[in-house]
Amino acid sequence: MMTLQEIKKSLFTSLWFMFLTFPIMVIKVNTIEKTIEWRWERMAAVGLGAFVLSFVWRYLIQRKEAGKKRAEVGSEDNVPLIPRLMSDRRFYMPGLMATIVMVVAFPFVFSLYQTNVMITALIYVVVGLGLNIVVGLAGLLDLGYVAFYAVGAYSYALLNVHYGVTFWMALPIGAALAFLFGILLGFPVLRLRGDYLAIVTLGFGEIIRLVLENWNEFSFGPSGIANIPKPGLFGLDLSLQQSTTFIYFLMIGLALMTIFVVRRLQDSRIGRAWIALREDEVACQAMGIDKTRTKLSAFALGATWAGMGGVVFAAKTTFINPTSFTIWESIIILCVVVLGGMGSILGVIVGALILILLPEYLRAFSEFRMLIFGVILVMMMVFRPGGIISDVRRTYKFEGLGNKAENRGE
Amino acid sequence: MKAVLEVSQLTMDFGGLRALDHIDLEVREGEIVALIGPNGAGKTTFFNCITGIYTPTDGNMQLMPAQGAPVRLNGLKPNKVTENGMARTFQNIRLFQNMTVLENVMIGRHCRLHSGIPGAVFRPPANRREEKQIVEDSYRMLEKIGLTGYVNEFAKNLPYGAQRRLEIARALATEPFILLLDEPAAGMNAQETKELDDLIVRIRDQEQVSILLIEHDMKLVMSLSDRIYVVDYGKRIAEGNPEAIKNDPAVIKAYLGEEIDA
Amino acid sequence: MDYFLELFLGGLTRGSIYALIALGYTMVYGIIELINFAHGEIYMIGAFTGLIVISVLTLLGWNTVAVIVIAALVAMIYSAAYGYTIEKIAYKPLRGSQRLSALISAIGMSLFLQNYVLLAQTSNFLPYPNLIPEFTFVKPIEHIVRSTEIVIYIATALVMVGLTVLIKFTRMGKAMRAVAQDRDMAMLVGVDVNRVISFTFIIGSSIAALGGVLVASHIGQVNYYVGFIAGIKAFVAAVLGGIGSMPGAVLGSLVLGWTESFFTGYISSDYEDVFAFIFLVLILIFRPAGILGRSQTDKV
Repeated sequence: MMTLQEIKKSLFTSLWFMFLTFPIMVIKVNTIEKTIEWRWERMAAVGLGAFVLSFVWRYLIQRKEAGKKRAEVGSEDNVPLIPRLMSDRRFYMPGLMATIVMVVAFPFVFSLYQTNVMITALIYVVVGLGLNIVVGLAGLLDLGYVAFYAVGAYSYALLNVHYGVTFWMALPIGAALAFLFGILLGFPVLRLRGDYLAIVTLGFGEIIRLVLENWNEFSFGPSGIANIPKPGLFGLDLSLQQSTTFIYFLMIGLALMTIFVVRRLQDSRIGRAWIALREDEVACQAMGIDKTRTKLSAFALGATWAGMGGVVFAAKTTFINPTSFTIWESIIILCVVVLGGMGSILGVIVGALILILLPEYLRAFSEFRMLIFGVILVMMMVFRPGGIISDVRRTYKFEGLGNKAENRGE
Repeated sequence: MKAVLEVSQLTMDFGGLRALDHIDLEVREGEIVALIGPNGAGKTTFFNCITGIYTPTDGNMQLMPAQGAPVRLNGLKPNKVTENGMARTFQNIRLFQNMTVLENVMIGRHCRLHSGIPGAVFRPPANRREEKQIVEDSYRMLEKIGLTGYVNEFAKNLPYGAQRRLEIARALATEPFILLLDEPAAGMNAQETKELDDLIVRIRDQEQVSILLIEHDMKLVMSLSDRIYVVDYGKRIAEGNPEAIKNDPAVIKAYLGEEIDA
Repeated sequence: MDYFLELFLGGLTRGSIYALIALGYTMVYGIIELINFAHGEIYMIGAFTGLIVISVLTLLGWNTVAVIVIAALVAMIYSAAYGYTIEKIAYKPLRGSQRLSALISAIGMSLFLQNYVLLAQTSNFLPYPNLIPEFTFVKPIEHIVRSTEIVIYIATALVMVGLTVLIKFTRMGKAMRAVAQDRDMAMLVGVDVNRVISFTFIIGSSIAALGGVLVASHIGQVNYYVGFIAGIKAFVAAVLGGIGSMPGAVLGSLVLGWTESFFTGYISSDYEDVFAFIFLVLILIFRPAGILGRSQTDKV
């Protein structure tokens, strides 16, 4: 209900934001011609926007509080919509068929450009799922994830330039090198507490980028490496269209493999240990789990996927330089995981598709891309820390063992 | 009877503060031993020292398994302590909130099994068998503790008393021969406490574990324990059977103002 | 000798600048145990606001000393307002949830603010007029130290004295120390924790803004991205000194400033930023508590 008091509150918020954004939004100084441009219309927009949004904000906060209370009172069956649909055969089978048809037909129906965009999105799906192991499952905030992506990309590019190593050889090598880097970096830093870990990994990411930028003899510096060959197919001569289609299916394959592996890991002894580690480190150790080893395995496995993603990235763009591997790239991948739902495979896929495809198709918004990513990170954390599609834990049935529903020790 | 846990001269300093002052303690096979004392006496610190969460300043700690050589606990990481057969619960419940009840117990099985990443990905028969075994064993454990009705619920959605019992089930899943319980009855009503009393005795008899517990509920302590240690200001002030402790002048003094046989 | 002195004073300048930013990090961390990733952006917004005020007032033909003082004040007020608002939007609703969530929210805020300034203003470097007057007594040593640097030293020293007085002797300072020690306990004895946290953000942000205006005047340019690298380095300094400790933040800043200055002066300037990061990694691995920090045992 819109009471007078709420309107007053919103009016105040609106005034506050008009004040707050006044210098930066309204005044624009031209330092060369020494003129000032006053953009009052923006102030009106901010005021109006803040007024409306403050209602939305309050509504969302109230809903969140109510949700919390409901969860405390009793656990009603609130499995999210999408996993519920997925577990229903009637929706699942046709849905799966439609998806398969769409995926297979995509490169033949849509243009080269669209296919390329889709390949990028698929690379994000793969590296997102990799980061999901680290952040979503094991709860380790890795802000230098892009470093491993760079390791993959540069291993292919450099090995190709110097030794003519082909894509198919480079794919496992890049993955292995990234894994090795993961172990090397992880070993010293994984003893640190959560927020320090974030900063140190950020530092490592930047170190690797800066080294790539400055060490010309090794990495060709800021000018990067060009003419990296696209992946070959039994030595056939592929046209641009064909090779793009080929990379597309290659990425589909890689994504499927990743999903398969991550799913199995999630439901394994190791996967459970990761999640337990995320939930409570002290209790986890007290239950006999080796903290360092478990963290290291998550960190290095995550890195492996970044390495693979990097190799494909280099092959797809045929040109790499250090600017592709900034901290912001790490944050975009983090955004994919956070938006989709930490720990949830389907969530990460949806997150990657939304975040990569939407800005491509909404060209008008493309300059607001990073701004919106920032908003997404904050809003998701505040209102929906579980992401769009939250993780659903596996349940077990025990008909054979006599599941006594009343056995609650009461 | 043979001792299973032997602690001698355990001392722990936090900065200038001495939280534990040369404590000696022993738990023998099949015993239920209680560690009591006023708030802040250093009981939980004692647990944290012997389970490897804190590194004690001085002293010796040793586990004596039924078979095999004694294990010195000094310098062992918490997970190694558990691997060697001593498991614990926590005063402020530390369950894995967003995992199901069954999964919480399955985590307890972790250190007794071995399948690694390749096993998880390729799932060879040995791995499938192991996985099936974990689920069954964990379910059996829930049966023993009486929690099968909650098997697929999130730990965070359990009632308080059930959460406490789940912590015990999880610790037992690690196959300990000595179990440390940190205030297992805290926050329970009389009926729940009574059931806990039965449960602890049953665990001792059926699982052949010795038990060391910290508890404030004197009625529970007196009815359960074979022996009791009393600490105050980090020092051990008394040791003996419940009858002796009840009449110990030093204990009465430490508890002055608190009801000892409530 | 002159070269050494130049590097020494250059290091002192760097250190003072880092200190002005690091203080905000360390104060916030001390109170709510959050790495306020957006703090570097607050500094940048301070610098931008200062630039806008300077430009407007200069065009109106005001006296330069008045312009710089007013610009600094307005920048401080605005940055404080931003700090306050950010805390209310991005951190307060997350109190009590996992630390990871708050950290991700802080990263999001940092990203948002950078792009907000980028879109509302420009992505180019803007020239920053240096309005700090050239002191005559600096003339003979001009090749070693500039007037702006002296102003930076003085400002940093004043801020430190002011903060010490605030923390040690005022009611609010006492409340801040109480909240840093034990938030729940402080709440129980009647400290308004929300007010203390807001106040901390306001003070930390306004100090960063002062730093922003001074540094931009000294360097002579500003863009939307300056906050990020400065923020990271100040964070390194805060960790080096022992995060949560204010004298530690200043000491850490000076140590980082001098090491960087001598490193780039005598060895190599290519890897200047790499050096800061390596420094950070090494400290966190070998002495996570920092120079003046106490190592703490987590309560179980």
